[in-house]
Amino acid sequence: MRRRIAAAFAWLWRYAVAGLILRHSKKRTVRRERELPASTRAETWTAVLLFAAALAGLAFVAIYAFDDANTQLLGLSIAVALALLAAALILAAAHVVPQETLEEPRPPFTHVDGTKTQGGLEFSSRQPYEEAALGLREGGDGVTRRGLLGAAGVAAGVGIGAAALVPLASLGPAVGNRLAASPWKDGVRLVEENGMPVQVDDLAVGSFLTAFAEGADKEELAASLAVVRVRPEELELPADRADWAPEGILAFSKICTHAQCAVSLFRYPLFAERSPGPALVCPCHYSTFNVLDGGERIFGPAVRPLPQLPLRIEDGALVAAGPLSGPVGASWGRVREEG
Amino acid sequence: MPLTTRRVLRTVETRTGGTGALAKALRYVFPDHWTFLFGEIAMYSFLILVATGTYLALFFEPSTAHVVYHGAYAPLRGQEMTKAYASAVDLSFEVQAGLLIRQVHHWAADLFLAAITVHLLRIFFTGAFRKPRDVNYYVGLTMLVLAVVEGYVGYSLLDDLLSGMGLAIGNAVALSVPVVGGQLGVLLWGGRFPGAPDFLSRLFFVHVFVFPLLIGTLMAVHLALIARPHHTQFRGRGRTEANVVGTPMWPAYALRSLGLFAATAAILFALGGLVQINPIWQWGPYEPYLGTNGAQPDWYLGWLIGALRLMPHFDVVIGDYTLIPNPFWGGVLFPGAVFGFLYLWPTIERRWLGDRRPHNLLDRPRDNPTRTAIGAAVFTFVATVFFAGAADRAFVQFGVPYEEQLWGYRVLAILLPVAVFFAARGICRRLREGGAHPARDSGARLVERPRSVNRISGRS
Repeated sequence: MRRRIAAAFAWLWRYAVAGLILRHSKKRTVRRERELPASTRAETWTAVLLFAAALAGLAFVAIYAFDDANTQLLGLSIAVALALLAAALILAAAHVVPQETLEEPRPPFTHVDGTKTQGGLEFSSRQPYEEAALGLREGGDGVTRRGLLGAAGVAAGVGIGAAALVPLASLGPAVGNRLAASPWKDGVRLVEENGMPVQVDDLAVGSFLTAFAEGADKEELAASLAVVRVRPEELELPADRADWAPEGILAFSKICTHAQCAVSLFRYPLFAERSPGPALVCPCHYSTFNVLDGGERIFGPAVRPLPQLPLRIEDGALVAAGPLSGPVGASWGRVREEG
Repeated sequence: MPLTTRRVLRTVETRTGGTGALAKALRYVFPDHWTFLFGEIAMYSFLILVATGTYLALFFEPSTAHVVYHGAYAPLRGQEMTKAYASAVDLSFEVQAGLLIRQVHHWAADLFLAAITVHLLRIFFTGAFRKPRDVNYYVGLTMLVLAVVEGYVGYSLLDDLLSGMGLAIGNAVALSVPVVGGQLGVLLWGGRFPGAPDFLSRLFFVHVFVFPLLIGTLMAVHLALIARPHHTQFRGRGRTEANVVGTPMWPAYALRSLGLFAATAAILFALGGLVQINPIWQWGPYEPYLGTNGAQPDWYLGWLIGALRLMPHFDVVIGDYTLIPNPFWGGVLFPGAVFGFLYLWPTIERRWLGDRRPHNLLDRPRDNPTRTAIGAAVFTFVATVFFAGAADRAFVQFGVPYEEQLWGYRVLAILLPVAVFFAARGICRRLREGGAHPARDSGARLVERPRSVNRISGRS
């Protein structure tokens, strides 16, 4: 019974809508302006452009086949071919094919308050979304324990959804102490990129050298150091680091504490009265670290100082006298607990 | 019997019943305005990206396995590098037309993002995001977000020095997310930066499959949601909320649009052939301990490097716990706020003006001075931060000290948007009162006002 009433309603509403649309659309005259501009001249030029495009395309093939990868000629030939094609298409669009301006009615959309708008005309009737809602509701006819089934469905969705997402954790290990890992401890020798120990005599005042922990993977974030040498009397190290820089040689982690780029610039004043003091600079966001006071930030977005490595000299070569003064790399939640 | 169009269509009709839809599609009307073409340029750039990217994927090897280079580029010979970087260099020097296609791909990515951005500005300032197109506006915004990430992932694949520096910053931004950052960074990279060997092949899959599929799907949805209510149009003779006046698809519009496709491709191939972009062999392979000065990302990330550089140095620290590390401000909060504003704007405007009616006629920017002023202010803010990202280049070019520039940009980033807000609102109001056209009139004299005559249904 209910279904029959629904069907009757559906028919009624379809006739009503159809009638209204027909009445409405009869009133409007759909405008159409059309002219035929085709001239033999425009057609000829279009053909010329297309033939020229074909030639340029073939030129690309020829260059590809015979020339030795001349990127400029290859690019130019295909670009000319495409440009000629574009010119032909645009010319044809404007001067060969019929020029037409057409008025088309928009499909009416249902308005929130249940009225349809078309050309300022508003009318109420059964709306498509009501039809859809009715259809969906009918799917539950005769079902008694809706609440229970709904809750069970949500539970299944959550459970299976969680099961679907959890394997993403396989992508990476748990964070653990990974972000604090460092090869530096007392007695580790500093080596150059070629694996040779860093000799004190090779370092002039004002010089800059990239060093690594002996035996460590150079790609490990904490393995690389920026080693610089200043005059010992310039140093302003805190008291607890007084013996960290033998003969004015300082070593810092080479990885910026802001965003992990390599701190690869060292400025050393040539004329101390007029220049800013010696500092390591990161080229990514220009965080600048004063080397004299143990890597404190003096400019830029970095917040933590550059971790410093205590040094000592054994047989003229540099050796770590302890671990780095802080965690290497960008900050994260537990970065300060690790220091 | 000759194979006529009619016979073909009859065959199609009897098999698919689809020729009715074709007939309708041929008469689909496109309103004419040059600003409606930016979206098409973006779509055509995407097609070129897919085509050139497919070609590149046939040669590129996303592997972190180490090899010693023995290829055509002499300065790198004997250097140890990853297969990824070596294959990208080989693709540039030893694959016929390989460098052309690689450079076209890179230029097309830059054009893709530029076209989307200008398209977004057009949509915003003409009110085209209003009902019934608000949902489609969200689809478009989501494509922009995806496209930015896709571009970043794309140039990060090559494992040259610049891409590695970009990934180092990306990892720092991931680590800076409050509470979950440490785990997020380790999870995405498969370990601590520079990451597990799997990382690069994952990045490759994301770049060539996941994101293109998402963007392609959303593009299909975007087009369907344009076609359903039809295009918007500016006010004009005979144009109402209930109709759409313009050029039908066939033949003139189809030819014109294909012409635009060919022109877009022509410009991209000319750029790819003649204008060098990202010469990866010059940067060398990436190692975490290497860096280069004057590094700049692709233009669409310029606003983010600007934000990272402009942000003053502070973390939010509670006891020993670093709740919000510094890269969060520029790398997450800033883009989040800008996109948040863009996503929320249709709702804000609807609530504020109480305008819940559907709109098919576009506003000119002056028609809604407050919206135009707010949009111009937000755009100015982003643009100022964008230019701040280039302060190091300005230092090299013009010798203006970097630190002074940075302080200047910090002040400008706050003051300029306010000034632009009031200026834009004032200009819009005066234009509206005067009825002058900013491009065609000096604004000094009052011109004839056909628009009040032609306005068929008033602004609601």
